[in-house]
Amino acid sequence: MSVQLKIWGCRGSVAAPGSDTVKYGGNTSCVEVVLEDDVALVLDAGTGIRALGLDLVRRGVRQIHIFLTHLHLDHLEGLRFFAPLWDEQVTLDVWGPRSPVLSLRERILRAFSPPLFPLDFGDVPARVAFHDLPAEPWRMQGVSLTADLVLHPGPTVGFRVETAGASLAYLPDHEPALAGIERRSADWISGGALAAGADVVLHDAQYLDEEYGAKIGWGHSSVSDAVAFCRAVDARRLVLFHHEPERSDSALELLQARARELTRGEQVPPEVAREGMVIELG
Amino acid sequence: MDTQRHKHLVLILAREFVSNLSTPTLVADARGYLVFYNEAAEAVVGRRFAETGEMPLDDWLAAFEPKTLASEPIPPERRPARIALDERRASHLRYLVTSADGVEREIEVTAFPLFAHMDDFVGIVVVFWRN
Repeated sequence: MSVQLKIWGCRGSVAAPGSDTVKYGGNTSCVEVVLEDDVALVLDAGTGIRALGLDLVRRGVRQIHIFLTHLHLDHLEGLRFFAPLWDEQVTLDVWGPRSPVLSLRERILRAFSPPLFPLDFGDVPARVAFHDLPAEPWRMQGVSLTADLVLHPGPTVGFRVETAGASLAYLPDHEPALAGIERRSADWISGGALAAGADVVLHDAQYLDEEYGAKIGWGHSSVSDAVAFCRAVDARRLVLFHHEPERSDSALELLQARARELTRGEQVPPEVAREGMVIELG
Repeated sequence: MDTQRHKHLVLILAREFVSNLSTPTLVADARGYLVFYNEAAEAVVGRRFAETGEMPLDDWLAAFEPKTLASEPIPPERRPARIALDERRASHLRYLVTSADGVEREIEVTAFPLFAHMDDFVGIVVVFWRN
């Protein structure tokens, strides 16, 4: 089975449209796992999901699963403008991390009702269900999925997606350095099991090394830590994700150059995620 | 994904927390295996954790010959660590141990369970308070 990933948004924190972000894009996190059938699997619902929604309507896809890493707004705010929600023939399952206090539905609906949004969720015609993410790996549409808690403020997971021949780790918001990367075995590194030996890792690289010192504990990684994480877990290909909103296209190319400098001589050079990028998972 | 060996995020955070404490402290997983103790504990134990490695916590604790203040042996089920593991509640006890240097000392031990969710027990933390 052939599976592709398509990036619909890779900006971090807040959308950053403008003439200096045209090449890599200004929309926040959203990645589609493109399958060969008429079911859509979507990772996160940042502003990138708006354009994906229009595409799904055009393709006639009416069964959709959205997997949320966490509920910070840059991973959720596009859901309100997701066109399939407004089609009564659509079935939408929203999966997210458990909270010790409120259900997933209660937490999401806070952002989906007045005064934060003009409509109430009860007005949505699509059939929507909310689910806590399973604690164990599960299979869906021929792929295996695993969700596991990772280091980021509040309940946050990363995902591993496996096909018969390849694996992806999706860790858009992740600060493993806070609990240590160097001199740790992979099982003691946050996200280590999710990314172990993965063919592709989409990993947080929001900061340059010189910026990270002032942002320790904010839940994001420096480019050096993203590289160190992938090396520690023996991942093959690093795609730098969750771009700092201030980072222009040219500045992202400098960040990519820095990552490549750190991995000189390694087989697959790191690259910066960009909207529209398609990755073959095999 | 090797879910047997993978450490829960709460254990990873607990290890990072206790590795920065000057109080001897250890972390055990939900199976009751010692998975980490800090440098302060290494000074008491006389061995680095890297040399000890993961092992059943009961076996490790037994080496210290825990006794009541009246010098009676303490069965495992009355030790704070075992109570935290089996009954999943906090426990505290003052008792005697024999350290690596062969000297019997009075210590106080606090053990408490770690729950990622109310139904998701992931391990315990055990703190050794030296008087």
